[in-house]
Amino acid sequence: MEVTTSPVRDPLITGRKTLHDITHDISYQVERKPTVSWLLALATSLGVLAIGLYAVWRTVWDGIGMWGNNKTVGWAWDITNFVWWVGIGHAGTLISAILLLFRQRWRNSINRAAEAMTIFAVICAAMFPILHTGRPWLALYWMFPLPNVFGSLWIDFNSPLVWDVFAISTYFTVSLVFWYIGLIPDFATIRDRAKGIVSRTIYGALSFGWTGGAKTWERYESISLILAGLATPLVLSVHTIVSFDFATSVIPGWHTTIFPPYFVAGAIFSGFAMVLTLMLITRRVYRLEDYITIQHIELMNIVIIVTGSIVGVAYLTELFMAWYSGVEYEQYAFLNRATGPYWWAYATMMTCNVVSPQLFWFKKIRTSIVATFVLSIVVNIGMWFERFVIIVTSLHRDYLPSSWVMFYPTLYDVGVYMFTFGLFFTLFFLFAKFFPVINMAEVKTILKSTSDNPAKHHKTEVGEKDVATQKI
Amino acid sequence: MEKSRYLVGIFDDEDILISAVKSIREAGVRIHECYTPYPVHGLGHALGYRRSRLPVAAFIFGLTGTILALLMQYYMHGFDWPMIIGGKDYTSLPPFIPVTFEVTVLISSLGMVTVFMIISDLRPYGKAKVFDLRATDDKMVMAIDLSRNKKMKLENIKNILTTAGASEIHEKSL
Repeated sequence: MEVTTSPVRDPLITGRKTLHDITHDISYQVERKPTVSWLLALATSLGVLAIGLYAVWRTVWDGIGMWGNNKTVGWAWDITNFVWWVGIGHAGTLISAILLLFRQRWRNSINRAAEAMTIFAVICAAMFPILHTGRPWLALYWMFPLPNVFGSLWIDFNSPLVWDVFAISTYFTVSLVFWYIGLIPDFATIRDRAKGIVSRTIYGALSFGWTGGAKTWERYESISLILAGLATPLVLSVHTIVSFDFATSVIPGWHTTIFPPYFVAGAIFSGFAMVLTLMLITRRVYRLEDYITIQHIELMNIVIIVTGSIVGVAYLTELFMAWYSGVEYEQYAFLNRATGPYWWAYATMMTCNVVSPQLFWFKKIRTSIVATFVLSIVVNIGMWFERFVIIVTSLHRDYLPSSWVMFYPTLYDVGVYMFTFGLFFTLFFLFAKFFPVINMAEVKTILKSTSDNPAKHHKTEVGEKDVATQKI
Repeated sequence: MEKSRYLVGIFDDEDILISAVKSIREAGVRIHECYTPYPVHGLGHALGYRRSRLPVAAFIFGLTGTILALLMQYYMHGFDWPMIIGGKDYTSLPPFIPVTFEVTVLISSLGMVTVFMIISDLRPYGKAKVFDLRATDDKMVMAIDLSRNKKMKLENIKNILTTAGASEIHEKSL
């Protein structure tokens, strides 16, 4: 095998790391005692979770009347938050599956955390439809084709809401499996380094008896590719089906064929923003600057410009199509969005999603950590408003002006949203402490071809091949 | 379980390992297995492994998922409790596609991963056969089963390993 470092590309791993350094840098965070700042962070998110849990409890006990939804606006914050969380999840699969198929090796340092984010985001998303059923303990019967005493009376497979149940649960399961398969070799590394009996037992159990045999690795690579190949159409299908929840209805503002691609682009856009928010913090706290370099951040920002611009084009296309369709209701829906009582939400969406990512055209901004961090949060605020605008403004003025109303969220709407934030960050902090945040095995595969470690030459190949093409 | 004796060679680099595998196999020594901290491309080929047939398993499971999902939907809406929804036919293919696709992906990936777990002997609390703890850190480990190389002298195999570039050699019973 030849060493193939390109003389024109910057290394993806800096700091002159050796294989052992990689093991140490990542495993050390798992092995060391929890730091005070981590404990504080976990306590804060648990606090938010507890406050949110009260709102969830009241919602379940008293019913969904606790929310601000009314007869005209039957869907509001719940579905907004659902779509927002599911969208965030999409970046993880894009990084783990689509970038794997495209052989983008910079994904190796970020895929573990991004996939974890996917799984936690999907859990948070699932909370909303489950709570919206009002009786979550019966929800399984309404969602899945389970035999029941009414006949059996089956669920309606023509309904996009049923498609959604299948899409989200498949997405969650496949992402979890994909993530766990990747974790097994790294758990084995931690098991083999463990000094205490407790950690050796726990990581021994988690690592499933992994040894790293050549045959197993070969199968591992084979199933990784197949899983990536399955997850790629899956992730596109998930947000497509989420958009069908709206697009297959006859509500003006929802009934458009542009929704599937536009939702998928928006999902990747917001997901990358969330990956950046989380990774910039993790990178700093765990001193991972050598693994997640400015180059990684810049590449992610480029994905944000591309998807943000697609979203911008979609907004303009929607406006054009509303006018061009000649349908009075469609035209009013969009006029009302931009200039009606929710104009401020529309303006926030436009500013955050269309204008702000364009700042990344400047190299100085897309390579600045502070600017990236701020803009990543701005993008996610914008994407939340996008869903709010689509859902609430299309509903609040329906066909009968006598039923026109405004939607006002209650404290319980806010509380349930807070609950998912608490849940998300609690899970993420637990992951960051007890699981290796970077896929060590995968980073090791690219060490030889794309790091700045000069020591790697003299060990290559016994004689024969010249490796002078390397960049030092 | 009866323990067998192994000769364990440690290598520092993937390229040395691959050329070592080739020369050791040419010398007539049977290699038990190589253990590496990350997937080394070309190692399986050097060891003479055939390509994994797991993709075939994935396809068969996927096909099973497609058929099961379609049968389920046609049975429930077409035979078990036919209902007119929205003035449409009892059954029609297009609205059944999303669920069929999702079930295909689900069964295909779960089935393939289960097969992978079984054939690779991976399970919760599975016992790892560790020849050298550094095999999951930074060393490439080659294990040679001495009972399967009885025709050769131990010293001979050791010599072959050293010439091939092993940085350490030790014996281990497992």
